[in-house]
Amino acid sequence: MIDFPILSLMTALPLIGALFIFLIRGGAETVARNAKFTAFYTSTFTFVLSLYLLGRFDGSTADFQFVEQADWFPSLGISYHMGVDGISVFFVALSAFLTPLCILASWNSIKTRVKEYMIAFLVLETMMIGTFCALDSMLFYVFFEGVLIPMFLIIGVWGGPRRVYSAFKFFLYTLLGSVLMLLALLTLYVEVGTTDIQTLIENPVARDLQMWLWLAFFASFAVKMPMWPVHTWLPDAHVEAPTAGSVILAGVLLKMGGYGFLRFSLPMFPEASLYFADFVYWLSVVAIIYTSLVALVQEDMKKLIAYSSVAHMGFVTLGIFTATIEGIEGGIFQMISHGVISAALFLSVGVIYDRLHTRDIARYGGLVKNMPKYAVVFMVFMLGSVGLPGTSGFVGEFLSLLAAFSVDTTVALFATTGIVLGALYMLMLYKRVMFGTQDNEDAAQMLDLSPREVGIFVPLVLLVIFLGVFPNFVMDRISPSVDKLHGQYMAGLQVPDMQVLNVEPAAGEGDNYE
Amino acid sequence: MEILAVFPPLFAFLIAGLFGKQIGDEGAQFVTCAGVILAAFCSCVLFFDVVFDSDVRTVMLASWISAGDFEVEWALRVDQLTAIMLCVINIVSACVHVYSIGYMAHDKSRARFMAYLSLFTFAMLMLVTADNLLQLFFGWEGVGLASYLLIGFWNHKESANKAAVKAFVVNRVGDFGLALGIMATFLVFGSVQFDEIFMKAPELATHTFNFLWWELHSLTVISLLLFMGAVGKSAQLGLHTWLPDAMEGPTPVSALIHAATMVTAGVFLLVRFSPVFEYAPFALQIVCITGATTAFVAATIGLTQFDIKRVIAYSTMSQLGYMFFAIGVSAYGAAIFHLMTHAFFKALLFLGAGSVIHAMSDEQDMRKMGGLWKLIPTTYVLMWIGSLALAGLPFFAGYYSKDMILEAAFADHSWFGMYAFWMGIAAAFMTAFYSWRLILLTFHGKPRASKKVMDHVHESPSVMLSPLIVLATGAILAGSVFYGGFVGSASEEGHSNDIVSESEFVNIWDKEHFWGESIKVLPENDTIEAAHHVPVWVKKLPIVMALFGILLAYLIYMWCEGIAQKLAGKIAPLYKLSFNKWYFDELYDRLFVKNVWCIGRGFSVGDKKIIDGMGPDGVAGASMQTARILSRFQSGYLYQYAFVMIIGLIGIISWFAYKMMLGS
Repeated sequence: MIDFPILSLMTALPLIGALFIFLIRGGAETVARNAKFTAFYTSTFTFVLSLYLLGRFDGSTADFQFVEQADWFPSLGISYHMGVDGISVFFVALSAFLTPLCILASWNSIKTRVKEYMIAFLVLETMMIGTFCALDSMLFYVFFEGVLIPMFLIIGVWGGPRRVYSAFKFFLYTLLGSVLMLLALLTLYVEVGTTDIQTLIENPVARDLQMWLWLAFFASFAVKMPMWPVHTWLPDAHVEAPTAGSVILAGVLLKMGGYGFLRFSLPMFPEASLYFADFVYWLSVVAIIYTSLVALVQEDMKKLIAYSSVAHMGFVTLGIFTATIEGIEGGIFQMISHGVISAALFLSVGVIYDRLHTRDIARYGGLVKNMPKYAVVFMVFMLGSVGLPGTSGFVGEFLSLLAAFSVDTTVALFATTGIVLGALYMLMLYKRVMFGTQDNEDAAQMLDLSPREVGIFVPLVLLVIFLGVFPNFVMDRISPSVDKLHGQYMAGLQVPDMQVLNVEPAAGEGDNYE
Repeated sequence: MEILAVFPPLFAFLIAGLFGKQIGDEGAQFVTCAGVILAAFCSCVLFFDVVFDSDVRTVMLASWISAGDFEVEWALRVDQLTAIMLCVINIVSACVHVYSIGYMAHDKSRARFMAYLSLFTFAMLMLVTADNLLQLFFGWEGVGLASYLLIGFWNHKESANKAAVKAFVVNRVGDFGLALGIMATFLVFGSVQFDEIFMKAPELATHTFNFLWWELHSLTVISLLLFMGAVGKSAQLGLHTWLPDAMEGPTPVSALIHAATMVTAGVFLLVRFSPVFEYAPFALQIVCITGATTAFVAATIGLTQFDIKRVIAYSTMSQLGYMFFAIGVSAYGAAIFHLMTHAFFKALLFLGAGSVIHAMSDEQDMRKMGGLWKLIPTTYVLMWIGSLALAGLPFFAGYYSKDMILEAAFADHSWFGMYAFWMGIAAAFMTAFYSWRLILLTFHGKPRASKKVMDHVHESPSVMLSPLIVLATGAILAGSVFYGGFVGSASEEGHSNDIVSESEFVNIWDKEHFWGESIKVLPENDTIEAAHHVPVWVKKLPIVMALFGILLAYLIYMWCEGIAQKLAGKIAPLYKLSFNKWYFDELYDRLFVKNVWCIGRGFSVGDKKIIDGMGPDGVAGASMQTARILSRFQSGYLYQYAFVMIIGLIGIISWFAYKMMLGS
């Protein structure tokens, strides 16, 4: 263990950077330049810290590590409680990894209100890291919701023509879910008498109440994921968001839903999770097939990738709710891998969007000729998305399917069609953008990747392949925590009425459900 | 040694792929050729080690995935079956690499081409050295990727791009089955390691599990799912439509990937899984019937095609059918034997065709060829050798392996074995016919190409011809030399049991010893043994049919000019069926392609209209509507407010009054 509060530091650092940027004064030129550099350095330093965190992370234990605890609202028993375990540590690292890349990717493409943009991004980073570190449900809720604000602004201010519609849709959809989650959290507080996540897990509530709470949490996480049929905000948000916004949205924000399932739904409401598992399977299957088919007919690159995200997240929910070790690890891995691949795909789209200012697939073609480096990079990400063995995309997808097969072969059969459809839409995209004749003159004159862009993509390419060939780098570190989670889940199923032994309820009422 | 037999192509790929510009085309060619030749040399050494000394081994490289009970490692497993595959792959690949230096000499991206070839070779090697299903799947998809890249190598051609995507996606349909097969294997066996699977298979011979609402025999389900993968990769009937289109790729690619190696991966998979298939007789029946039907249908299509490469492609498909029905009657050794001889003579034919195309300034239509034999005599002779081997004429490689398969099918004495036998005989006749049709149309008769093209016709450079000669040697000798080991019987004449026990060397050329543990055949299914004792007419029939085929080809295309068209007119429906490839493409287009797009569009609209319409947009609209109605109340007129207040008061009062009345 290290003796300084690394998690708080990582969470606070971007905020401090944002404050610095806020204080920058001077001519517009200088402000913009300084803001960019400050944002880049701050986020890079945070990333370095996250590497240190990963390096010091002890992969042999399932306990929370780097724990910090301080009173927040002592009268209510709410505390500032941070810590990471195998499940969250990679999401922290992922957030810290993607933010500097996003800032680099926005370097030239954001021209207005650069200062505010950078502030929004750093605040966003704080919120993301905070969400994955929080061990108190109220603290979690604050960060979880806090993410919405900078993201709403990023879409609404720096987005495309229909940005306001998309931003509101995004905000309302997610807020609706979150309100239900807040209600559920309050009920839990009333019922169990604490907001501490670990304590909540150890003290499961009665079966009937579990059902309602599960549904309330599900409303929030399913929207975030997003699962079919509450996915329609995602394509719109992606299309209108600036490149970096899409990257964070796909790379990190979607994972909050899956993370929530792992942190709350599965361990706290094991019986409800089992009860609703079939429901989740079939929603996942529909998501995989339905959105893959929709992706197939898209003419807008970002929309296509957005729909593919929904399909890929379908594998995640499928894996998680099999509640087997393979499935949960597969789901987590799929989220990490998708975080890298979808982020990379949106960055790739951003590259040509910056040059031609259109996302229309038909406006490109034959790019392999004038942008060979770009073609190689895009190929790697495309293959990752298709789930080719040897790329990171394969491992999570396959493990999720494997787990699904062990619980329900029919579900697995339908879900596996996703590997055919996934190949179809990605290859069609690649073919139309990269190959063929160069019918569009302006597209044919685009320049290949600049050194800055190469710098963005090289780490992503290496990561996709590294995680595909040696996924155990991740697996070894998450497996103790997953084992523990699995143990909690199984224990919850075997002893249904444990809440009798629990902490006294803080308030007598609130038992309306029983 | 194992590592040296597998990894050099990977490094060659990385060097040529990433630094192609820096080292130049010559550098890339040198690196890739050196890599694969080194690998070929090492695999030959391994072959002698493994087969003669029975030194079977598995080299662990690193752990790949471990999640819960699911443990998979990167490993190189070298047994007899693998050693044979290693040799075949590396030798053919080396020939193709060298040949490509000449064939692609005028292409702009030679480095890229060589890099892809090496990538393919590596993936194929990983496939055959896998010691678990998942690594096999890695290689399986890897060769699919390389095939996709190479089919679409000339990516400015729309047809090439389409063919590439089609190949990948159709293969993925097969992979769908394979992936499910792997999952089922894990569920039933608790592992995807070959050793463990094969060890447990006999115990699980009667095991059942619940698959899609039914309680089914586990091993049959697994076998059929794996077979689905094989159908895709090996272009068996149903998922074969990608193979002819794959001929859009450069010819060396067709030779290496779509004839000699990749398409035989399915055969390899099934033979590797012989310990499981042996306990799934129903699956074997299906394999046998599919293989036999493919052999027949593909041969009929081959009769009428005019594109020189497509003829050979359909011939490949047909020969793969032979291998599959050999597996179907448990003649695994014969299947691999045919796989090997086929690799040599089919690669030879393809590269020979490439040499013709090269000479004809990239013309592939046989209607525009003819009269070439004097101009390119070496190629002509080599094509003859290849065709003789393909048709199975005595003493050429195909004779030994193909006849073995047919005899085994006959010796199985089952209805599907007989079906396969007669389909195979018919296909053998057609094979001979279309092979000589190809030779006669291409090399004989009057030149039908333009004068400009004819003036350009030239024999290929020695860098292209020398690999052909290596392959030709294989096509002549591979059959007779390896017959004993692959399918030979200890009890055959000259190999009586006494001699076996006395001499070490003879012992090795006995199929039991040769294959060791790598193939498993239940004693009652040993059709290869039985095949040595079939009636003489069964042994002679294929040759007679082949000779008839050749004779007929001469009759139609050499001696009676113009009869071909007349004949085609006489049997127009049949001719059309064959010429249009039994309308598979049209059928699939109608059934799947169009519908998938339609459904996709429907869902896309559904997203907008139904989900958004009822969801966010609907709610937003509804609340706007409500707000509008409510806002009418805010008229600002005092009397209206007063009126509403009074109504409200009356309402409340009457409510209370009502309650009190109820209470009293």
